Amino acid sequence: MDVFLRIIAKLSDEIYFNLIRENRYMHFVKGLGVSLQLTFFAALIGGVIGLFVALARLTNNKVLNAVASKYVDIIRGTPVVVQLLIIYFAVFASTELPRTTVASIAFGINSGAYVAELIRAGIQAVDKGQMEAARSLGLSYAQSMYHIIIPQAIKNILPGMGNEVISLWKETAIAGFIGLEDLMRGAEIVRGRTFSNYTPYLVIALIYFYITVMMTAMLGKMERRMRKSD
Amino acid sequence: MIKVVDLYKSFGDLEVLKGINNEINKGEVVCVIGPSGSGKSTFLRCLNMLEEPTGGEVYIDGIPLTEHKKDINKLRQKVGMVFQQFNLFPHMTVMDNITLAPIKLKGLSREEAREKAVTLLRKVGLADKDYEYPNKLSGGQKQRVAIARALAMDPEIMLFDEPTSALDPEMVGEVLNVMKQLAEDGMTMVVVTHEMGFAREVSNRILFMDDGIIEEENSPEELFSNPKSERTRSFLSKVL
Repeated sequence: MDVFLRIIAKLSDEIYFNLIRENRYMHFVKGLGVSLQLTFFAALIGGVIGLFVALARLTNNKVLNAVASKYVDIIRGTPVVVQLLIIYFAVFASTELPRTTVASIAFGINSGAYVAELIRAGIQAVDKGQMEAARSLGLSYAQSMYHIIIPQAIKNILPGMGNEVISLWKETAIAGFIGLEDLMRGAEIVRGRTFSNYTPYLVIALIYFYITVMMTAMLGKMERRMRKSD
Repeated sequence: MIKVVDLYKSFGDLEVLKGINNEINKGEVVCVIGPSGSGKSTFLRCLNMLEEPTGGEVYIDGIPLTEHKKDINKLRQKVGMVFQQFNLFPHMTVMDNITLAPIKLKGLSREEAREKAVTLLRKVGLADKDYEYPNKLSGGQKQRVAIARALAMDPEIMLFDEPTSALDPEMVGEVLNVMKQLAEDGMTMVVVTHEMGFAREVSNRILFMDDGIIEEENSPEELFSNPKSERTRSFLSKVL
């Protein structure tokens, strides 16, 4: 009984100091906003880059091909945190762009390489006869891609894309390296004030986890809707 | 209508077509028969540039195809094609499968295209299937939709690449009947097939291909009852 009471007391202390006092929960709320924003825009940018890079890799144009595959190699061959720092301190050093924008671009460029591979594989998995049938009707390559191949490829791509967004969501935890106050950084700030060993980390772990659960549920819904014509 | 001059096609070191010359006239139904690997399908696929010839030329209405690669999409509209594996678009309804190309390429309105699709579906005996997805159809029904889809572009000529080879035996008849009807309506057709009965009954001319060349060509009566070449004879003795 005594032990139990002590745990309760300790827990309420932790909650009070890490969340309530001085409205410290706001660090988490604001951090969540920043992290979500980064994930959203990075996924958007990554999706667009990924689509074009995938198409570039699928054409017969040697230059496009080489550029696209170098991009994928370089991005996949270096740590994302290093890419983020280079993009912030070197590429965009002399611009006035807000940090969230720079970070979104950096994460987007990173994600684009993985998305490109997903899209490429998804497109290649569509039966060759589909392109032939479309072309035999007189549709151009671009029309065939747009109306026939890509809609079918999306079904192949979607599960992998979900994984990509989920990893992106957690990867944004390094945004603090360029001074952004994301979830991770919010936890650090609170911890700096309260000297709690781990409570702020537990709080953000829970937040990261539940957002991931929600994303997974949304993706499941989308996949079920896509399966309509199977 | 289609003229083939000295057509060669290689895949890497493998020479599949070794000099094909032929002419297909308006209203003709030409069946291409021959053993597997003889180059029948490759020959057919060269006629609309799904395979690019390594040598020679294919003329459609006098236009050399390999010299007009930029216009190939326009030229392909004149040439409908039906595939062994149907290749219907699985993410679209039967109606959308048929109307997509006419709307995008011929500038038909949605209503015009639908009206036409309904007529075509009636023609192939599938008037009630317009809003089904392809996976709900049997093989024979899929192939008939594929024929309707090709016809929706008002082609001048139709190419059939073993259209019944992937079908269960009981469905072969329904597809062949549609093709027979098409032939009677005067459509120009080139049909790669293993259906000797169909070839004999419907075609005006048969090309027997073996080892990348046209070994023998003749009217069906002559070719089936009186084959000139030894290889034709040996092939026919195995399949008839």
